[in-house]
Amino acid sequence: MKKLINKPEDVVRESLEGLQAAHADIIKVHFEPHYVVRADAPVLGKVGVVSGGGSGHEPMHGGFVGKGMLDAACPGDIFTSPTPDQMEAATKAVNGGKGVLHLVKNYTGDVMNFEMAAELCQAEGIDVQAVVIEDDVAVKDSLHTTGRRGVGLTVLTEKIIGAAAERGDNLQEVANIGRACQANGRSMGTALTSCTVPSAGKPTFELGPNEIEVGIGIHGEPGRERMKMKSAAEIVSSMSDAILSDLPFKSGDETIVMINGMGGTPLIELYLLYNEFVKVAQGKGIKIARRLVGNYITSLEMQGFSITLLRADPNMLKLWDAPVHTAGLRWGI
Amino acid sequence: MVTTDSVVAWLHKLDDIYTENKSYLTELDSAIGDADHGINMARGFSKVTEALEQQPPKDIGAACKTVSMTLIKTVGGASGPLYGTFFLKGSMQTVGKTELDAPGLLELFAAGVDGVVARGKAVLEDKTMVDAWLPAIEAMRAAVDKGITPMLAAGVEAAEQGMKATVALVARKGRASYLGERSKDHQDPGATSTYLMLKAASETLAR
Repeated sequence: MKKLINKPEDVVRESLEGLQAAHADIIKVHFEPHYVVRADAPVLGKVGVVSGGGSGHEPMHGGFVGKGMLDAACPGDIFTSPTPDQMEAATKAVNGGKGVLHLVKNYTGDVMNFEMAAELCQAEGIDVQAVVIEDDVAVKDSLHTTGRRGVGLTVLTEKIIGAAAERGDNLQEVANIGRACQANGRSMGTALTSCTVPSAGKPTFELGPNEIEVGIGIHGEPGRERMKMKSAAEIVSSMSDAILSDLPFKSGDETIVMINGMGGTPLIELYLLYNEFVKVAQGKGIKIARRLVGNYITSLEMQGFSITLLRADPNMLKLWDAPVHTAGLRWGI
Repeated sequence: MVTTDSVVAWLHKLDDIYTENKSYLTELDSAIGDADHGINMARGFSKVTEALEQQPPKDIGAACKTVSMTLIKTVGGASGPLYGTFFLKGSMQTVGKTELDAPGLLELFAAGVDGVVARGKAVLEDKTMVDAWLPAIEAMRAAVDKGITPMLAAGVEAAEQGMKATVALVARKGRASYLGERSKDHQDPGATSTYLMLKAASETLAR
């Protein structure tokens, strides 16, 4: 394993120390328990928005803390859910008296830990609601299983509900917009290589030199199928089919699209992939109203990418365009 | 009788056993999960050892409460809240108690497992730790009249069978469920850590 680290057990803490040093104008980092919080938290009279999850997906979530997006993020160990004491402390730190929304990705651990945290906060009189993101079409949805994984749609939802909270929407309204994002967004990813969790020291899974995993999860969970390497056009086409047919997206839909790198894929390839997606969208009559191309929800050094598509109504587009000032996304400020 | 000291010995044994099995559990988890179960359990129980040394528990309930709070804060993932809930419910059954007979010990385990089922919402054959826990509790209940040592031995045997039976199952809960049919032919890491927990109990509490 070659990684630019000191000791595997210090990676998360030392990276957070760096985040704090680099972005002291936007955020503060609290240690033991770990959470990243807006520099001006709590913002009185505003709904607080808290997310969190395992580390290793940077810039998500700590890089999305700041005006117009998250009030706080709870980083867990790499690929491991954060714990209820972190979430409870973060929730209290951002509570401006109007309640706090937890944005949770649908993983067994994340959901259970956020549930325990919500119970602890509610016991102290803080109004907490949770929105769970489950957008990965690679996973079959069924009442009898864990359900779909939360992946790229989380980034778009954090931006949109963060703007709604900033605008002054109440807790129920912010939660409703989050649920509307969930209802209208779908994602899928593909990996060309595995990734190595520092404390594990070896790749999470093995992929042959000429193989790809279609439907990969953001922690290296296997997807729909393993196949031989194909052209970018073929890969984008088959992933788009899976996404578009799932919702389904229809001709004339206005959308926000994200072409997201998994950490080890260069921008030159991501833009090439975006170009392929534009062709698919044009062919199907899907309108791309806004787009994001870059590394936003990564899996350490994995080579690969994901596509997220959100059918956006005018309200969502307005919230998307609202000013945001975070380490990972910034416009309008 | 199980005493506070023997419970503490069990908890120290868990630190040893999860450290020894850190790579094994992580390997099982990397086949069908996210490759962190052994790492998380070893980290959690090494913190349990520290917490018990810093504040020696005055009774069994206090020991279980310390374990619960430590695991909830340090393990993360799904195993943190699940094992944390196990010990939290177990602590509620043993508040102020410094000795447990076989029925008392069974109550600790049974309450803990009820908590695990309520938190994780898994049922038998979902390919989770519940597949080791539920048969173990059933076997312990059947053997409770024989005393602590045979009761724990029966629990360990049933947990081992339940753990081995997860190999053939398709996962319906947790990260392994994303694999669907591909989760077959792999032993569930959570059922394995549960079996190890009971095995350590039989080695330390059955005296």
